[in-house]
Amino acid sequence: MSAVTIETTTAVDRPADTARPVHAPIPLARVAGVELRKMFDTRSGFWLMASIGITALLATGAVILFAPNDELTYETFATAIGFPIAVILPMVAILAVTGEWSQRTGLTTFTLVPHRERVITAKLLVAVGVGVVSMFVAGVIGALGNILGTAITGTDTIWNVSAVEFSYIILANVLGMLIGFMLGVLIRNSPGAIVGYFVYSFLLPTLSLLLASSQQWFEDIQLWIDFNFAQGALFEGEMSGEAWAQLATAGTLWLVIPLAVGLGLVMRSEVK
Amino acid sequence: MITIDSLTRKYGDFTAVDNVTFEARTGRVTGFLGPNGAGKSTTMRVMVGLTPPTSGSALIDGRRFADLPNPGREVGVLLDASAQHAGRTGREILTIAQRTMGLPKGSVDAMLERVSLTDNEANRRVRNYSLGMRQRLGIATALIGDPHVLILDEPANGLDPAGIRWMRDLLRGYANRGGTVLLSSHLLHEIEVIADDLVVIGNGRIVAQGTKSELLEAAGTVVRSDDLPGLVRALDAAGHSGTPYADGALRTDADASTIGKVALAAGVALTELRAADGAGLEEMFLELTADTQREGVAA
Repeated sequence: MSAVTIETTTAVDRPADTARPVHAPIPLARVAGVELRKMFDTRSGFWLMASIGITALLATGAVILFAPNDELTYETFATAIGFPIAVILPMVAILAVTGEWSQRTGLTTFTLVPHRERVITAKLLVAVGVGVVSMFVAGVIGALGNILGTAITGTDTIWNVSAVEFSYIILANVLGMLIGFMLGVLIRNSPGAIVGYFVYSFLLPTLSLLLASSQQWFEDIQLWIDFNFAQGALFEGEMSGEAWAQLATAGTLWLVIPLAVGLGLVMRSEVK
Repeated sequence: MITIDSLTRKYGDFTAVDNVTFEARTGRVTGFLGPNGAGKSTTMRVMVGLTPPTSGSALIDGRRFADLPNPGREVGVLLDASAQHAGRTGREILTIAQRTMGLPKGSVDAMLERVSLTDNEANRRVRNYSLGMRQRLGIATALIGDPHVLILDEPANGLDPAGIRWMRDLLRGYANRGGTVLLSSHLLHEIEVIADDLVVIGNGRIVAQGTKSELLEAAGTVVRSDDLPGLVRALDAAGHSGTPYADGALRTDADASTIGKVALAAGVALTELRAADGAGLEEMFLELTADTQREGVAA
């Protein structure tokens, strides 16, 4: 009883608490959790994510059905799976950003978290995380395909993708996602950014190739300024010191600078 | 409390919000009125940090919105009920808000019930929602964090009469419990019924502000008589002009007591004498914003 009395007294002795409760700031992990959820919670988002696994399965099946027996190696599976995923992952990154503008959800998102850099950081972390996890999922699907395929044909199971090569492929895909992310923050419109991605990834390299074939001076510097070309070494699994330098130089030009511009625009742009 | 101080927002040469200063006080419902494009929405967007001001400030309880640690717990915002991902369900949209604010899971169901969205409706995707259902969902998103300030842009838009009554009671209750409510609307009757204070904006500038009773007092008196021409003559003679009002009544700026005396002296029997109300706000609104109306209505 005495304890109760003391408690009551303490409560009464306190000055009348008219102040409202002080709320804790929103941790970044919570924002990231919400952003992850938002990638899956629409039909289009769900199927985009599911398409990573689905295309990996389809590509694996196609390799088992159509590849000649002597080419039934892990590398063949990895290449077949890698191509569709390299296109899908940037779309995931693009839509994670542009949806806030194209679907106008930013009105709520940036009101509940009025520091846009935190939302954008969370989106970036989640997108890269999804990319890395997807690569491992694809890697496992490819491995199962390799075991199954060689068991069917009765040939030796060949594991000819090293951990280093796999990590380069992951890096290349993360770079692809960052390109998507960059186009997302720069263009902030879903169709526009997707078109931008195809121009960036398929039209520009072609133009660069044409230019290099006709202009000697451009061919000499192409590896230093053509980002797509500079990433080639990642897929070949041979990264020399020079190749890293070329990747960094071309990446600064085609990824870091436009990303910085895009982030600046996101921070200042009006959300309507 | 919301404090807007010398707020200006320019787009190039165009000034959308021009040196606006007003307060939305605690425990009161403040109605924010103005014609389309007057700057209401821009002002509200500046309040919640979606649009940076060119100059001036907008503070919530003395703090910038961006400095609130968990804004959804302090300020409920509904700017545009249609600004939702059409592919998400209503429940999912509310869950995103609940997660972001770090609220208990049960709050989603409690809030859906509070805004009268059934389970079946909550599980439908928003693209299949009517405007009224979107408004209810938007209001749920604004209320779920149990904030003490509400900023609502046209919340009654698309609601049915029962919904409008519900919204009115809800906002009244909020203010009565010590909350601050700022709502914009072009539904003048709604504003007139619910607002304690009014802020009228036109062409980005404030053209009038004060308590509703102050502002409507200035809107004049409505008088009716079977001998209207006689009444008009008498009022003219006494130096009061009148403008025709609905159903052959007359609206004048003179107060009721003056009119009563004039009518008595002139021997004109009055059939009605009252302060201009419902249409008073409309008259006041049109008069105050006459220069800014697209239709160029002269009040």
